[in-house]
Amino acid sequence: MLVLAFDTATAAVTVALYEWIPGAGVRPRAAADAVDARRHAEVLTPAIAGVLAEAGAVPADLSAVAVGVGPGPYTGLRVGLMTARALGEALKIPVHGICSLDAIAWASARDEPFVVATDARRKEVYWARYESARVRTTGPAVSPPAEVLAELGVGPGELPVIGEGAALYPAQLGAAADPLPLLPSAAALAELAVTRLSGADGLPLLPPEPLYLRRPDARAPGPRKKVSQG
Amino acid sequence: MIRDSEPLVLGIETSCDETGVGVVRGTTLLADAIASSVDEHARFGGVVPEVASRAHLEAMAPTVERALAEAGVAFADVDAIAVTAGPGLAGALLVGVAAAKAYALALGKPLYGVNHLAAHVAVDQLEHGPLPKPCVAMLVSGGHSSLLLVPDVATDVRPLGATVDDAAGEAFDKIARVLGLGFPGGPVIDRMAREGTADAIAFPRGKYDDGTYDFSFSGLKTAVARWVEARERAGEPVPVADVAASFQEAVVDVLTAKALAACRAHGVKDLLVGGGVAANSRLRALAAQRCEAAGVRLRVPRPKLCTDNGAMVAALGAELVASGTVPSELDLPADSALPITTIRL
Ligand SMILES: Nc1ncnc2c1ncn2[C@@H]1O[C@H](COP(=O)(O)OP(=O)(O)O)[C@@H](O)[C@H]1O
Ligand SMILES: [Mg+2]
Repeated sequence: MLVLAFDTATAAVTVALYEWIPGAGVRPRAAADAVDARRHAEVLTPAIAGVLAEAGAVPADLSAVAVGVGPGPYTGLRVGLMTARALGEALKIPVHGICSLDAIAWASARDEPFVVATDARRKEVYWARYESARVRTTGPAVSPPAEVLAELGVGPGELPVIGEGAALYPAQLGAAADPLPLLPSAAALAELAVTRLSGADGLPLLPPEPLYLRRPDARAPGPRKKVSQG
Repeated sequence: MIRDSEPLVLGIETSCDETGVGVVRGTTLLADAIASSVDEHARFGGVVPEVASRAHLEAMAPTVERALAEAGVAFADVDAIAVTAGPGLAGALLVGVAAAKAYALALGKPLYGVNHLAAHVAVDQLEHGPLPKPCVAMLVSGGHSSLLLVPDVATDVRPLGATVDDAAGEAFDKIARVLGLGFPGGPVIDRMAREGTADAIAFPRGKYDDGTYDFSFSGLKTAVARWVEARERAGEPVPVADVAASFQEAVVDVLTAKALAACRAHGVKDLLVGGGVAANSRLRALAAQRCEAAGVRLRVPRPKLCTDNGAMVAALGAELVASGTVPSELDLPADSALPITTIRL
């Protein structure tokens, strides 16, 4: 079975194609990664076409899609979700969502508690707390970096923080000595998806719904402004 | 008669607050499915881009399913995918573009990223058959007010003029707000105006005689607001129907006068009016009257095809296929300011 995975919830556009033979394991067939925060839509579909071509496969060969559902800046996030849903619809294959912070946590392979934080812009981070790389206990949430540890009731340095948020706000978050990985990778997404589909424990598969975590900026208009004075 | 040799095109429109998906075969309309987030915007008095973008993501797949079912075709029957690449709201456009690319990739079919304004012109072929070459097109909506010379909608569209400030529909929406009539304002003002007198109040007609094909509606908007406020300050009732009728008359008078001047100047005998404001009953009536007097044939698609929809995008896509236009690449961007001269991006 061919599983296509991708994530556009951060500045990275990451795509991977994995072959999974239930019972016999999983192996990477092709991958493409680019960091280009403003061109997700332009980069993603050609990257998918590219990994398929590299593996000598066609879209009809795909049996499932795994997509990062954020949290992440909305415009890029939606490009990934829309692409995943449309592929699933046209190819009639299942689409599995994975929290993009979970993809970072999973790839870290850590055994002790830690926090993942990514850039939420507007001087905030998206974050979640993990018991280990396999269990999320708090979040995802969005907060100013200075409030994350307080919300978890821990002091600076008590919990290692990984991800690009840790690299961006080391003073407020007290970054881990080794805050990697900084960004989600489609490889981690694919491995996590296959792990769960094969029935093993791990971070959850979600519906392909975006985790925006914030309401749209919109205010109802106030009373009508007068054009003439006096 | 539907010939199977004509291309079956799926068209996707997400430039503003409607998720539109249409299916056409050549110039035959097979389906026109729409999901609108207009109700979610109404309480904000205008379209909120992020609300629109979120709604497009949720509505896309179900709307595509509905369009295919309505057309009685399957994904596998589709010969090409067309999508609005601009102009429009950047975030909203991107949802449609992402979907269209994924469908094109999944189906192995060509992708056409098209101009929203040219699509408003091409849609008329679904109702009135092939467009005369050339024709003049006047597009009037909440986002645009333009006059175009259209030698060939697939290959050659030339701007003659456009609004220098508010779009015509925007003016309707703002005046409706001044009169406390809600959003969108066009349909309510159209309705209210029928009860009023069009020459009750002499509102200004911006740029009427300036010799250009440009429009200006912000002076009119201010004049109407001032007039209403003066009434309110004086403690007198506002004659809403007369204000609506007189305002509407000022708008459609300038629009039709300039459209016919453009036809005359370019020796064109066919005028097409499209966009949401083309649903306006007084605009239709006055355009018909002035066209008749000038010996110009008037084409106005039915209201559902005038407002934003997916069928218009499919119609332009089919025209591009027929003209042998090269498809777009999979790295197609969305361009919120796509110029009208770029018909296929
Ligand atoms: N009967 C009408 N009279 C005048 N304006 C109308 C009428 N019906 C709709 N409108 C206006 O058309 C605009 C919507 O046009 P449409 O082409 O659907 O969308 P967009 O503005 O996104 O291009 C709104 O500004 C609305 O007020
Ligand atoms: Mg429009």
